[in-house]
Amino acid sequence: MKQFISFVKKEFHHILRDKRTLFILLGMPVVQILIFGFALTNEVKNSKIAVLDPSRDLSSISLTGQLDASRYFDIQEELHSYKDIGQAFREGKIKLAVVFPQNFERDLLHFNKAQVQLIADASDPNVATTLTNYATAVIMDFQNRITRNRKLPYTIDTEIRMLYNPQLKGAYTFVPGVMALVLMLVCTMMTAITVVREKENGTMEVMLVSPVKPLKIVMAKAVPYLLLSMVNIASILLLSVFVLDVPLRGSLALLAFGSILFTLTCLALGLLISSATSSQQTAMFISLIGLFLPTMMLSGFMFPIENMPLPLQVVSNLVPAKWYYRIAGAVMIKGLGFGAIWKEVLILSGMMVFLLVLSIKKFKIRLA
Amino acid sequence: MPAIHVENIVKRYGKKKEAVTALHGISLSVERGELFGIIGPDGAGKTSLFRILTTLLIPEEGSATVNDLDVVKDYKAIRQQVGYMPGKFSLYQDLTVAENLEFFATIFNTSIEEHYDLIKDIYVQIEPFRDRRAGKLSGGMKQKLALCCALIHEPSVLFLDEPTTGVDAVSRKEFWEMLRGLRARSITILVSTPYMDEASLCDRVALIQNGKIMSIDTPQGIIGSFQKPLYAARTSRMLEMQRNLLQMPGVEECYLCGEYSHVVTQPAIRTEQLIHYLQQHGHDQIDVKPVEPNIEDCFMDLMKN
Repeated sequence: MKQFISFVKKEFHHILRDKRTLFILLGMPVVQILIFGFALTNEVKNSKIAVLDPSRDLSSISLTGQLDASRYFDIQEELHSYKDIGQAFREGKIKLAVVFPQNFERDLLHFNKAQVQLIADASDPNVATTLTNYATAVIMDFQNRITRNRKLPYTIDTEIRMLYNPQLKGAYTFVPGVMALVLMLVCTMMTAITVVREKENGTMEVMLVSPVKPLKIVMAKAVPYLLLSMVNIASILLLSVFVLDVPLRGSLALLAFGSILFTLTCLALGLLISSATSSQQTAMFISLIGLFLPTMMLSGFMFPIENMPLPLQVVSNLVPAKWYYRIAGAVMIKGLGFGAIWKEVLILSGMMVFLLVLSIKKFKIRLA
Repeated sequence: MPAIHVENIVKRYGKKKEAVTALHGISLSVERGELFGIIGPDGAGKTSLFRILTTLLIPEEGSATVNDLDVVKDYKAIRQQVGYMPGKFSLYQDLTVAENLEFFATIFNTSIEEHYDLIKDIYVQIEPFRDRRAGKLSGGMKQKLALCCALIHEPSVLFLDEPTTGVDAVSRKEFWEMLRGLRARSITILVSTPYMDEASLCDRVALIQNGKIMSIDTPQGIIGSFQKPLYAARTSRMLEMQRNLLQMPGVEECYLCGEYSHVVTQPAIRTEQLIHYLQQHGHDQIDVKPVEPNIEDCFMDLMKN
């Protein structure tokens, strides 16, 4: 035991004395959360739109006002002719144009029917769809208000409830995703690098010619990074709850349990990489390209897995991050208990045990 | 039984077809308490041999024992008993001198105090720097620290792979004095070095070249086996002198050795003949004298055969 503690102490010395790396390790999650939270957002907020309103009557002005007042839109300019619309899109000034007919109010009151044209920049199809949806919603809202006092013969009211995330905030999906990314990066890459560094420096050679069991070397490497990951998870959670207003609905203990499980899986993966490589660069490349990208792409955090072709869906099952992402999302955002995530936990545990056993088996007790 | 016994060890690297053979059937035997030197140039196979004996590599053929334990089968037991100092400085550069020593003491299940008398003579020299990071030590200091770490558990056999490479002359001398001191404690020491002049400090040496052992003997024995006349020669134009001498009938070998060139000749050649020959070729400041051979001369001679 004394041996083990002195080993762990040594690992902490390595980490704490390399100030620059430590700063990156602890700063990275904070920066990632802030970037994802404020800059890289796929939410539609204050999108610039233009209005072409030749009728300029009470109704059209009132509807325009409502559009402008909504937090989704920001009226950039009033256009004067149909030609200007094309120009405004080409210049990239606007994402959406709202076009009123000549006699909007008259049509509405006399014929009980008026048209509004929505023209969207579909070079980004997702944004275009979202914008037209929002605009339609605002227009429907306006219509409901003016027909409130009249009785329509048949009406179907659709009442929509967005469960778990009523404001459709992007933060709800990326916080669990960033947690998966950060854990993957810290645990897998850093453990792989620190073990390979010992090989490069020749200290592994000395260590092997000593009574220490390989299992102890491996475990001692894992402990400090496990703790470091917990610090990172804590800082991510604090930031998301207090800065991004993402709730932590489920049990913190369950989330911590899931995180430790995933961390151990990542550590095992890192050790496996370290036994297959002999230089720090290779270890870094394998961790980054072989693990970081799949984590981004196939965990369901950036792109929905259901939309992928079948082969990719199958491959995604092999990505540990996918299962952790599900656990974290279910516990944090939906507030679900263990009953809802036991399957994911089981799969992740299986992966962890398999990788850990494999990495210890593959640990080289000799050189070459 | 000897402390180290090596029999017909063959070590190859790489895939079967383009395999490089580093050791071609090496055999040697080191007695308990002996200070045994493996002398040879870079690439001779010294490190391969050390790694096999320290259980880090498996030989393709042959067998070896350390303390009567097989290096392949009983690797765990051997790792408990030996001390190993690899050729490259292999301590933690970001830990201090004291931290390194403490760490290695604990992984060998011992403490600095327990065997302090063993490392005392060496440790007092680096103690003033005990709170300095190992990476910031000078080359000689690093080697002393590495030796302390390899000795901390009082190993019965000590493997030192090129401990003096890259170390200044004064530190080298000190280092060898330390090794002589350890020998007095009946620790078996196997040390490798590319410096021929260090051979005379060993009890016995093995001269190794291209993965083959050329000779194993005491330093005196090896020097004694050199039977040909040997001269040291110097003129104002050394390069030209060497070229001329190599063309002289009766001269077998001529190579630079310090400030002089060493000239190996057939028994019939005398000092005066060499001087006369050089004068004929227009050399001035001629200085030729017979000298006693050293290990390097023996090495050069053995290499030729």
